[in-house]
Amino acid sequence: MSETPASMSAAEIAHAVKNRKLTALAATEAALSRIAAHDKVLNAFTDVTADRARAKAGAIDAAIVAGKSVGPLAGVPFAVKNLFDVQGLATRAGSKINRDLPPSPRDATLIERMEAAGAVLVGALNMGEYAYDFTGENVHDGPSRNPHDPTRMTGGSSGGSGSAVGGALVPIALGSDTNGSIRVPSSFCGTFGLKPTYGRLSRARSFPFVASLDHLGPLARSVKDLALAYDAMQGPDADDPACIVQSIEPTVPLLANDVGRLRVAIAGGYFQQNLFPEAVEAVARVAKALGATQTVELPEAARARAAAYIITTTEGAALHLDRLRKRPNDFDPAVRDRLIAGAMVPAVYVDKAQKFRRWYRAKVLELFQSVDVILAPATPCTAPKLGQVSFTLDGVELPVRPNIGIHTQPISFIGLPVVAVPVPLEPLPIGVQIIAAPWREDIALRVAYALEQMGVAAAPPPRGI
Amino acid sequence: MTDHLDDYMNAAARAMALPLEDAWRPAVRANLDVSLRLARLVDDFPLPDDAASAAVYST
Repeated sequence: MSETPASMSAAEIAHAVKNRKLTALAATEAALSRIAAHDKVLNAFTDVTADRARAKAGAIDAAIVAGKSVGPLAGVPFAVKNLFDVQGLATRAGSKINRDLPPSPRDATLIERMEAAGAVLVGALNMGEYAYDFTGENVHDGPSRNPHDPTRMTGGSSGGSGSAVGGALVPIALGSDTNGSIRVPSSFCGTFGLKPTYGRLSRARSFPFVASLDHLGPLARSVKDLALAYDAMQGPDADDPACIVQSIEPTVPLLANDVGRLRVAIAGGYFQQNLFPEAVEAVARVAKALGATQTVELPEAARARAAAYIITTTEGAALHLDRLRKRPNDFDPAVRDRLIAGAMVPAVYVDKAQKFRRWYRAKVLELFQSVDVILAPATPCTAPKLGQVSFTLDGVELPVRPNIGIHTQPISFIGLPVVAVPVPLEPLPIGVQIIAAPWREDIALRVAYALEQMGVAAAPPPRGI
Repeated sequence: MTDHLDDYMNAAARAMALPLEDAWRPAVRANLDVSLRLARLVDDFPLPDDAASAAVYST
């Protein structure tokens, strides 16, 4: 076991708490101390719920003393992107405008499920405004900062989630992913991240962005911790109409199952373009470790990215139309200008994008007749500098922000489950997407676990704090 | 359409009662230009008349 609660995994903390080697309160205090020590640099947290956390931790310790059963995440500190409703807090979703909302009367479903499993919420996390972001920058709260180099981006929009987990302030954080917002910060901050199948985890009582594409999921420093959180959060929820009525399918017991018989392929074409050498190297390392030599083509991936872009900008604009009219100057100007433009995109294109989506999904699902896993880069590059607006790739200068998510968008567009695994390159980590067929999170997690056991994937210690 | 993009942007803002200050126009126009370019990429893809939308789906 590691030496201090702050450096322990969620699994180690829960095991120690359950066996009375560590109190939940001590684990909570260790997380709060680490937040106090490092968040001035990382700016990952927008709210620290210390009183609530201490009360919850005390209740867990009392339950253990009373001989009551505690959950698989007993005493594990966690935090959530600030678009999750937290009882007593206004759900700001990275915005200035939402701070005027009344305090939430009830936690988001996923917080309730994490706490039912014994986890302890310690706070809410910085994010890009209204989740329309790939950088982790925020004009209202300041940027969350990369734990490996605070002069660099965390990636967005779950930037605080990546920073908090990559910086080992908490072992688990929850984020959201519409076009890549769990996988991008996982890549830049060197964490594992799970974007489950669309409809797997409830989004109830979280602030939406694009209902057609929104997913929620965990980030963690190990695959076991990722799976523990995922398993705790599964289950139907009538409060999210997209959440499927399907029984819980635990993944933790399956993690160590052999992956040797899985058919693993590398995404070709579109997914091998617009990459810096680091991204190429990361995919190559993962492919070599898994013995993957076959390449598969996801048909029309560029068009899929375009369709995801159109659905995102128009649904996002529809969501914020009233706010754009009434409070345009209270938006991040860059977000406002994107949303106003989105409101002007003719509806015929949205309809065609949604129809194309069904075609594309059917074609990609055909690929899973012959493969179990597809590998693709999570980001084209390691974390750019904060404020960086362009990079040069193959001699062509490209804008940073819209190009960060070009390899994640065609995947979330059709709701496939993905584990982003961190490949600990020097000087900065970078992620690879482990993509599975719908509802096969277990396969993606097993492959991620195998890569972790082989030492190919690992969350590196934070070197920037 | 690009030649008429400013006209379209101004008309759409008026028709939808959207604010559009002069200082915002270049960025809004640039975003709209990108969106319409990507929309045309989607539009160029042939789909059958009976193609169904996938707005919300389950597997």
